Amino acid sequence: MAQIEIKNVAKRFGTYQALHDINLTIQDQEFMVLLGASGCGKTTLLRIIAGLETATTGEVWIGGRRVDDLAPKDRGIAMVFQNYAVFPHLTVFENIGFGLRMQKLPNDEVKDRVERTAELMHIEQLLKRYSGELSGGQRQRVAVARALAMEPDVILMDEPLSNLDALLRMEMRAELKGVLAASNTTAIYVTHDQVEAMSMADRISVMHQGEIVQAASPIEVYRNPAAEFVAGFIGNPPMNFLPAAPAGDGKWSVAGQVVDGPSSGKPLKFAIRPEDMRPADTGLTATAKVVEPLGAHLLITCEVQGSMFRAVLDSDMSVKPGDQLTLAPQPDRMRWFDPDTTLAVA
Amino acid sequence: MNARLLPYVLILPVTLFLCLFFLYPFVLVSKQAFSTGAGFTLDNFREVTGYWKFPITMRNTLLLAAAVVPIQLALALLMATMVNRMKKGRDLVLYVWTIPLGISDLAAGIIWLAIFEQSGFLNSMMNGLGIVDKPVNLLTFQNPGIVFLAIMLAEIWRATAIMLVILVAGIGLIPKEYYEAAEVFGASPWKRFLRITLPLLRPSLQTALVLRVILAFEIFAVVAALGGTLFPVLMGETYAYQFDLLNSGAAAALALIILAISIAFTLIILRVLRVPKGATI
Repeated sequence: MAQIEIKNVAKRFGTYQALHDINLTIQDQEFMVLLGASGCGKTTLLRIIAGLETATTGEVWIGGRRVDDLAPKDRGIAMVFQNYAVFPHLTVFENIGFGLRMQKLPNDEVKDRVERTAELMHIEQLLKRYSGELSGGQRQRVAVARALAMEPDVILMDEPLSNLDALLRMEMRAELKGVLAASNTTAIYVTHDQVEAMSMADRISVMHQGEIVQAASPIEVYRNPAAEFVAGFIGNPPMNFLPAAPAGDGKWSVAGQVVDGPSSGKPLKFAIRPEDMRPADTGLTATAKVVEPLGAHLLITCEVQGSMFRAVLDSDMSVKPGDQLTLAPQPDRMRWFDPDTTLAVA
Repeated sequence: MNARLLPYVLILPVTLFLCLFFLYPFVLVSKQAFSTGAGFTLDNFREVTGYWKFPITMRNTLLLAAAVVPIQLALALLMATMVNRMKKGRDLVLYVWTIPLGISDLAAGIIWLAIFEQSGFLNSMMNGLGIVDKPVNLLTFQNPGIVFLAIMLAEIWRATAIMLVILVAGIGLIPKEYYEAAEVFGASPWKRFLRITLPLLRPSLQTALVLRVILAFEIFAVVAALGGTLFPVLMGETYAYQFDLLNSGAAAALALIILAISIAFTLIILRVLRVPKGATI
C-alpha cells in the first residue's frame, strides 16, 4: 500500500526556481504520468520522490511515512532510468538481481525472483548475456525487470521509452502498462510524449514552468483542459484558438460568427479541437492553405480571419489548397479561456 | 592518396623512429647479453644471477614494489574519488597534486635526503622539539628500516600522481546514472565504490598499474640518493656493471632480466583485471 503525497514541494537550483510549490496526491496503485516539455521540472520532481535530489522546501510522504530524510533505498521505491543504466560489467542475471543482492537475500531466493521477473519481461533466454550484447529494447526490458524484481511499493520511470524506435515504443507501451497493472504497484511515469501519457495513465499531471497546471484523467485533460497551455500542449494537432468578442449576454462573436458561450464581461479566447469541426452551411469561413491526407483523416491547415486554424475532416472529402470551407464547431466541444489568466472559463 | 594506404603512411614515421631508436638498440643489447665475444652463451646470465648481491637486489626491488604500489593505488583511488566529487577548484587541486610529476626522480630523492640526512629538516625539528639532544644519522646501515621507509615515502610522494591522473580520467568516464541506479537499488557509498567504480575502472586500473609497476622495477635515482649502497636494487646493479665494472655483457643480461620481470607482471595485471568476455566497459 503506497499512497504518495507531495506537499508544498519547491526546488531551487541557484537562482533558478525549478519547482514552485507542488501539491499532488497519487493514490495507491495509481499510474500517474508527469507530462510536460523538457525543462518543466517533471524529472526534478521524480528525482525528489526518488531521493536522488532534495527539495528546497516541502514534504514527500510515501505510504504514510515522511521520506525526505530517508535514503532512496529506504523509501520502498525502484526506478527505471532514461538511459536504462544497465550495468555493463554485470550479466543480465546480476543486473536484475542487483537490488536483491544488496538486500543480502539468500542465493536461491535471488535466483527465483530474477527468473520470475525475467520470464515476465520475456528475457529469460538473455540471463547470461552482458548489456553490450543486447538491443535497446532488450536493455529496456532488463531495466524494468530489475525494478520489478525489487517488488517495490512504487516504481518511478524517467522517460523509459524515449530511446526506443517508434514501433518498439508502441509495443513496450502496451506491455509495460499490462505488467505494471498486474504488479499492484504505484507508478510514476515521466514523459514528454503525450501519446504515451494518454494511452498509459490513470491520471496525467501536466507540468509547465515548474508547476502542475492540471492533474486529471487523460480524457478530462483532453476534453476539458484547465488552461490554455494544456489545450495547446495536449492533442496532435493541438486545439485551435480564436479571439472572441462579447455579443450580448452569453453570446460571442467568433470570426464573424455568433455562438453561445459563458457569461463574461471581458473578451475571451474561443478554443476548439480540430476534429470537432464539421463542414456545414453556416459556420466559420476558412481558406484552406495546406491539405495533408493522413489516410484515416484529412488534416487541413487553413486561415480564419488571419489566424492559423487546423481542421481534421473525413478523408473522402475533396479539398484543395485555396478552397473556401465553412466549418461549424460542435457546440458541446467549444471551450473558452481568459486571455489574462490563461485559465478555462466555464 | 589511397584511403586504404593513408593510415599506414601516417603511422610510418613513428614506426620508423621506434624501430631505429628502440628496436635496434634492443637487438644490440640482447646480442650483448647472450654473447661474451664468440657465439651464443648464457654465461652473462650465470654471472649476474650467481653473484652474491643478486638475491638481495632482487628481494629489495620486489619488496619495494610490493610496499609502494598498493599504497599508491589506494591513495590514487581515494584522491581520484575525492577530486571527482569536487564541484569547484577541481583543476587547481589536481595541479597541486601532480606537481611532483614535474620533478625528476633524482631531484625527488635529493629533496627527501634534505629531510632525512643528519643536518636535515627532520633532525632540526626533532632537535628543536627536544626529542633528540643532538642530530642523529638516520640513513645508516644500522637503520635499514628507516632507509626503506625514506625510499618508500619519496616514491609515494613522487609517483602516486601518475596513477592519479589516469584514474581521474577513468572515473570521469563512468556515467553518473550507474551510481544513481546503484544508490536507488540499495548500494551504500562503499558498495558503489566496490561494485560500480572498481569494475568499471578496470581499463584505467590496468594502464595505471602496468605503468606504475614497470616504473617500480626501474627504480634507481631515488634509491641512489637516499640509500646509496645501503639498499641495492636491480637497476643500480645494472648501472654498476655497466659503468663501474665496465662489464656491458652482464649489464645487458641484468637489463633483460628486469624486462622479463616487467613483462611477467604486466601479463599478470592484464589477466587479473581483464574484462569478462562479452562485457563492454
